Amino acid sequence: MRQQWEVVIGLEIHVQLQTRTKIFSGASTTFGSEPNSQACAIDLGFPGVLPVVNSEVYPKAIAFGLGVGGSINLVSAFDRKNYFYPDLPKGYQITQMDKPIVLGGSVEIPLADGSMKTINITRAHLEEDAGKSMHEDFHDRTGIDLNRAGIPLLEIVSEPDMRSSAEAISYARYIHQLVTYLGVSDGEMSQGSLRCDANVSVRPYGSDVLGTRTETKNVNSFRFLDRAIRYEIARQIEILESGGRIMQETRLYDPDRDETRPMRSKETAMDYRYFPEPDLLPIEIDHAYIENIRRQMPELPREKANRFHTDLHLSLDDARVLAASPALAEYFETVSGQCGDAKLASNWIRVELLGRMHRDDLEISNIPVSSSQLATLLTRIRDNTINGKTAKDLLDALWYGNTTSVDDYIKDNNLMQVSDNSELGTLIDRIFDENPKQVEQYRAGRSRLLGFFVGQVMKETGGKANPALANDLLRKKLG
Amino acid sequence: MHNCSIVQQLKDLKTGKYSAVELTSHYLERIKKLAPLNCYITVLENKALEAAKNADEDRAGGRDSALLSGIPIAHKDIFCTRGVRTTAGSLMLDNFTSPYESTVVEKLRSAGAITIGKTNMDEFAMGSSNENSYFGAVRNPWDQSRVPGGSSGGSAAAVAAGLCSAATGTDTGGSIRQPSAHCGITGFKPTYGRISRWGMIAFASSLDQAGPMTRTAEDAALLLGIMAGRDKRDSTSLTDPVPDYSASLNQSLSTLRIGLCEEFFREGLDSRSEKVIMNAVRVFEDMGVRITSVSLPNIKYSVPAYYVLASAEASANLSRYDGVRFGYRCDNPVNLEDLYKRSRSQGFGNEVKRRIMVGTFALSTGYYDAYYRKAQQIRRLISNDFKNAFEQVDILLGPATPQPAFKLGEKTDDQVSMYLQDIYTIGGNLAGLPAMSIPSGFADQLPVGLQLIGDHLDESRLLATAHQFQQQTDWHLRSPELETGE
Repeated sequence: MRQQWEVVIGLEIHVQLQTRTKIFSGASTTFGSEPNSQACAIDLGFPGVLPVVNSEVYPKAIAFGLGVGGSINLVSAFDRKNYFYPDLPKGYQITQMDKPIVLGGSVEIPLADGSMKTINITRAHLEEDAGKSMHEDFHDRTGIDLNRAGIPLLEIVSEPDMRSSAEAISYARYIHQLVTYLGVSDGEMSQGSLRCDANVSVRPYGSDVLGTRTETKNVNSFRFLDRAIRYEIARQIEILESGGRIMQETRLYDPDRDETRPMRSKETAMDYRYFPEPDLLPIEIDHAYIENIRRQMPELPREKANRFHTDLHLSLDDARVLAASPALAEYFETVSGQCGDAKLASNWIRVELLGRMHRDDLEISNIPVSSSQLATLLTRIRDNTINGKTAKDLLDALWYGNTTSVDDYIKDNNLMQVSDNSELGTLIDRIFDENPKQVEQYRAGRSRLLGFFVGQVMKETGGKANPALANDLLRKKLG
Repeated sequence: MHNCSIVQQLKDLKTGKYSAVELTSHYLERIKKLAPLNCYITVLENKALEAAKNADEDRAGGRDSALLSGIPIAHKDIFCTRGVRTTAGSLMLDNFTSPYESTVVEKLRSAGAITIGKTNMDEFAMGSSNENSYFGAVRNPWDQSRVPGGSSGGSAAAVAAGLCSAATGTDTGGSIRQPSAHCGITGFKPTYGRISRWGMIAFASSLDQAGPMTRTAEDAALLLGIMAGRDKRDSTSLTDPVPDYSASLNQSLSTLRIGLCEEFFREGLDSRSEKVIMNAVRVFEDMGVRITSVSLPNIKYSVPAYYVLASAEASANLSRYDGVRFGYRCDNPVNLEDLYKRSRSQGFGNEVKRRIMVGTFALSTGYYDAYYRKAQQIRRLISNDFKNAFEQVDILLGPATPQPAFKLGEKTDDQVSMYLQDIYTIGGNLAGLPAMSIPSGFADQLPVGLQLIGDHLDESRLLATAHQFQQQTDWHLRSPELETGE
């Protein structure tokens, strides 16, 4: 019998904090500048320089901690993590080992079946980024760009609570949305503002012992994360099923070949020789400081979902989906507010908008239909200017850029719903004349034929007939 | 004029007895004539003369408000000086010109001091004899067959030999006090954090502290007042306001209680040195100071704890010297590992490599608890010992070194004996306390240093005690006889 395997995944997510200057120096953090143009003597690790903590990083780390319901350490401290690499100028990274700024916390993530799952967070700590080594474009040599060296990072470590790559992606997306929403990070993944290390292991179902894990490092897109994890799961199961053993090792995902491959094994694992950073004093934070940050924080997704459910009477499921992403929630609230019907807005966004986004692989931030366009469209449904079918066509017209104005498009294409009693009555009479057989059958009891007549009315009006009115008139005349 | 204190030189400059250019030229002459002492790695002849000329012009124009206007000062070559080579006594930085100024140099320069040169030192401040310099050993002006002490040996010898008005030094385990004792000058290490470490090349960050090396306690007070203070570029620099040290030099010491550290007068202390120190104690008694005896029971662990902690921090602090961005790089590296290995093997001297290895070992998985953590615990115990002692007395007294300056080469093959040279000074670093060495007499024509240790931020009382001792004695006025043909 084939063994059933359970997958266990934990993520370490490195989030770049949105600050003007680096974590320990005054150099700029602007992305995309000339290599090494944003590296000062401190970033270069020159003799005699000293780090000074950029105080911009504290409120951001604390806001994240509060956002996941974690506890903020009133005293946290920096440590040195020692290793040699050309893009690590000092030969050590300043990070937080023993006393991270955030301990614990959890988030609720949506799963594919519409349910929610709790993922626990172990800790989140402040650290500096290393520079970038470039092995291409330099014949037989390695280029080093230290613009990234000293960029402030928050490393968010999860518990091994995820059981599939889909859960891992959902969690990573949630963290991405949260840090963007809280202004902790700009969330620009293409610029490396969020990178994931995935710890993956498998074990027989029912086992409570964790299998040997591998760590796939530095994956910078959700798509690659999904592929890397799935590759790793398949690789591990294949090894175990053929009687092999998993090596504890660090691996790299290669998107070009869609595979992970070993970077270093535990045998050659580095001894980082952590010890307290003597150049920096411990970070002391008081309650008033934390409360001040808490007061300035925007509404969190789970608070928002409760409000959508209680105040706007959405189903809890709809409320959670719409509140899960700050950008989506904001879009929804604009549409709902402008069209004056939360339920209608919720249905259209969940069904029509999310469906199209999923189909075209778009994010709410880059869809072609603005919230006020959708609000106008829904308003025209509510005031009976157009019917639902026309509205869907109109949404496509907006989506594909065939128009930018809902009202102009309605007018130019004469899409106004036909709600004129006599106009529809005359049309219905003509249809009856052209289809005497069906009229007879209907009157003989085949009431299902009502749909046929509705279809004919729609066809003749180009789909513009007011469906409720048409139904009414048809029933009356056939009655 | 080279045997005068800064306070005296400032008076002379003011009265026009000599000009800043004359004073500077005089030192530059002496530096050339006494080149065999090897006190300097870099002499800034032109820059110093130019600065002296400016000082004289300012004075002539009535713009000589700067506190140290026209006073030539030498900086230990561990302080970064903008546009000037800064080597830390190492081949690793032989080619390094600093693009920035250390806070210490900046403050003294702003106060009108002239930077006359950069002094020789043990490589990366690791050593007690100045024999670990890539630029060769420094000779003790009192006996040129002997060491000046280390690691600020060049600074100590330069002040003693009259090659500058004063010098700066750094003290991680005794590197200001021990050479000051061996060269018969006044060396002051302030409370940890009192002077900014910005631009001071790091050896052991939690212990390193800059300080003045002068002819008198009065000069030390003057320089400390300029060098001390909060610096936002050094998070560990203290925010406490800087008192006027000079103004309080003559404060009443009638209630002063001095404690002799019992542990400093046991086996290991040279009997000639002990005699000198006890004579100094009698001077204090005659001044009406109450002398008692206090114990620092854990001080015996200070040397091993220090060599673990300082080496651990050094092992990380010196990782940046990898041949990649600046400093020494080996010829034709074949790959990254070769670049690292050969650049560091060739660029560092033996003592530096020894300490990097010790520190790396002490921090390694499986050894951290037994070494690094244990040493941190000892550090706390020693701090508590001092805290208890300062509940009984105001100032602790003892020798600065176990014996007077030893012969060049005498201890180079005996690391333990070399490390024990700092046995009386390390405690002050581990506890972060202000401490100083002052001349207190001679043993066989070699100077003996008396160490005074104060409580946290009690610099004023410490300097007043030293100053008033110097009002009763003339050891600090003695100078070695040197052949200059003058």
